[in-house]
Amino acid sequence: MNTQPPTFSRRSLLRATAVAAFAVSGSGLLAACASADGDAESGSAKGKATATNPFGIDESAALDVVVFKGGYSDEYAKFDEELYSEKYPKAKISHSGITEIQTELQPRFVAGNPPDVIDNSGAKKIAMGTLVADDQLAELADLLKAPSADDPDTTVEDTLLPSTLDVTTFDGKVMGLPYVFTVNGFWYSQTLFDKHGWTWPTTWDGLTELAAKIKKAGIAPFAYGGTTAPDYFFSPLMALAAKQGGVDVIKAIDNLEAKAWQAEPVKAAAEAIAGLASSGYFLKGSEGLDHTQAQTAWVQGKAALYHAGSYVENEMKAITPDGFDMVFGPVPPLTADGALPQSALHAVAGEIFVVPAKAKNLRGGKEFLRIMLSKEAASNFTETTHALTIVKGATGDNDFGSTALGSVLKAVTAAGDDLFNYRFMSWYADMATTLKSEFANLLAGRIDAAEFLSTMQAKADDIAADPSITKFKI
Amino acid sequence: MNHGKTRIILLFLALPLALYGALVVSPYAQAFSISLTSWSGFTADKPFVGFDNFQRLFQDPDFWQALGHNGLLLLVVPLVTIALGLFFAAMLNVGGSDGKVAGVRGSALYRRVYFLPHILPVVITAILWQFIYNPQIGLLNGGLDAIGLGGLAHTWLGDPAVALWSLIAVMVWAGVGFYVVLFSAAMQSIPRDIFEAAELDGAGRFQTLTRITLPLLRESVQVAWIYLGIHALDAFALFMVLTPTGGPDNSTMVLSQYLYLSAFGNGKFGYATAIGVMLSLLSLLLTALTFRGSRDKNTIEF
Repeated sequence: MNTQPPTFSRRSLLRATAVAAFAVSGSGLLAACASADGDAESGSAKGKATATNPFGIDESAALDVVVFKGGYSDEYAKFDEELYSEKYPKAKISHSGITEIQTELQPRFVAGNPPDVIDNSGAKKIAMGTLVADDQLAELADLLKAPSADDPDTTVEDTLLPSTLDVTTFDGKVMGLPYVFTVNGFWYSQTLFDKHGWTWPTTWDGLTELAAKIKKAGIAPFAYGGTTAPDYFFSPLMALAAKQGGVDVIKAIDNLEAKAWQAEPVKAAAEAIAGLASSGYFLKGSEGLDHTQAQTAWVQGKAALYHAGSYVENEMKAITPDGFDMVFGPVPPLTADGALPQSALHAVAGEIFVVPAKAKNLRGGKEFLRIMLSKEAASNFTETTHALTIVKGATGDNDFGSTALGSVLKAVTAAGDDLFNYRFMSWYADMATTLKSEFANLLAGRIDAAEFLSTMQAKADDIAADPSITKFKI
Repeated sequence: MNHGKTRIILLFLALPLALYGALVVSPYAQAFSISLTSWSGFTADKPFVGFDNFQRLFQDPDFWQALGHNGLLLLVVPLVTIALGLFFAAMLNVGGSDGKVAGVRGSALYRRVYFLPHILPVVITAILWQFIYNPQIGLLNGGLDAIGLGGLAHTWLGDPAVALWSLIAVMVWAGVGFYVVLFSAAMQSIPRDIFEAAELDGAGRFQTLTRITLPLLRESVQVAWIYLGIHALDAFALFMVLTPTGGPDNSTMVLSQYLYLSAFGNGKFGYATAIGVMLSLLSLLLTALTFRGSRDKNTIEF
């Protein structure tokens, strides 16, 4: 019989530590998913409704505002909070400007203790579709029907630019307020164009001819950020399809209809984009750049055109050289006789503010949004950020000395009601993932237009057939 | 007598075991229960769906692709890192050529240089390499160009053929220094007289390395293998910085990243947790295999 006591040597200790470390490596990620169950009361502070206080907020109830502190900073929100304080001096306002919206707010949602207003933006925003499907957000119908802050005879809804609320409309219900009005198109340096005598074309053929000239001048015609944001360049594809075949073409894609990606205008648009790749019109190595690197290369003059939203001026202001004179050019249509006019714009209202359904001061949250939509708040925003809000004509045609804002104002006036947008990427996160990866393949020339479209159609069919995914219709 | 001893042992173990139970075991159990739900991550209640998530997982080509990438990392990263680590450690400790058993000239300096990458936080390492791999202004493409090898330049992080290998190279670069130090320490604990005896018997430097040094380092190598295995199964931070969406054509997606994107990008916490459960089962399996493979061999004590 072995009577020797077991020894615990240095080696077996090392071994045990390694086993433990191995086991823990898998669980660290799991622990992050663990949560506390909680059931919150959905009661909200309430006061008496009057003409100036249409929601009947409790004037002394505290207001908890959480704002994404990104390209637009959070100073504008502090300005709006002051407006709220002036109106309701007894209300105590807590402000937080953060960047990791989901990381910080997820536990509060799970515990049933969310803030009263959230600017759900940035790379770490919470997927709107997820929040809506879980009934976590308050519907904003009464905000839209309420009298506007500036004029009691006009409703809030009537002060807004057309179709801007589409992006937050889920099955006919408006579940969030997109505050910033962004138009998408190509951006270039007016100075560079003047130097070479180039002008912005009105047809796609004109654009490809221009690209050939730019390439000849030793500059790459286009750049994009392939590792993080290939989908910035997807907007021209949808713009070409919509301008050719009308908005129904992109609605069919949003609604996951069979063969929506195989429609003729979509095919023509995809082939036009693939043509840029096969002609070698993209800045070499774009597929390995992130969007910041691509944008930097563009403002440094290595590429002439960059496709992005109108936030790009503000985003790049620190490194844009003086005299760059950034201006906007709408995507030119495939043919002159398309379904939409050449001036039509892919407009996205972004920087989405939501009021959680379980907010302690839900009425105060809505009142805060009503104040944000006042002319005073909206023009302050445009003045400090050079970005437009969804409030119609809040600043007139004052461009605050910015060529970018000036060109955007002109394009928006020219477009009038011809604004379009697509939503499938915000509705179905899975679709967005596939799109990014497949579209990057298309831009890098790894697949052709037909393969891109059939892969996207297959993904759309999969999602349409999956009962576990909540569907939305436009 | 024996009874009293048991009681003392229990007394000392009670607190650590309670902490371990509350902080390690219970999240595991909770994770497993979440993996059986279709929880989106934002609600208080979690709809129970049984083994649905696992069923989906087995039919999900993205999951298998990510698993394949982890498999490749598991094979290549430990192998290359340990081989390089052993080579450098041997050169630093017993590679000298002036008769004595010592390292090559300047070995103290080399040791510091090798260790340097290890003290950088992973995110800094990743950002550093982002610049090196930049196809426009990157050091690597620029360097290749400068020495006339411009034809070898690649879009390192944007080309599915090389993206994963580019990331593996960073993992090896960042890891090798630590193992040089680990193996150096182990080599120095081998008594000098063993080397001297071998030399007297006419063993060359290569023979000394393969016949004496390596067999005596077996336990250290094994531990290194396990640590690197953990690293290969995780690899999260580096991959998230260099290829945040899973790389071109998903060519660098690894399980931890797929888990993260499913949970925080796609609002599928139930599904993501199922991935996590698979990941920890794989970790346990791997540990068991590693120890089984080396259990019966004799250890040389000195």
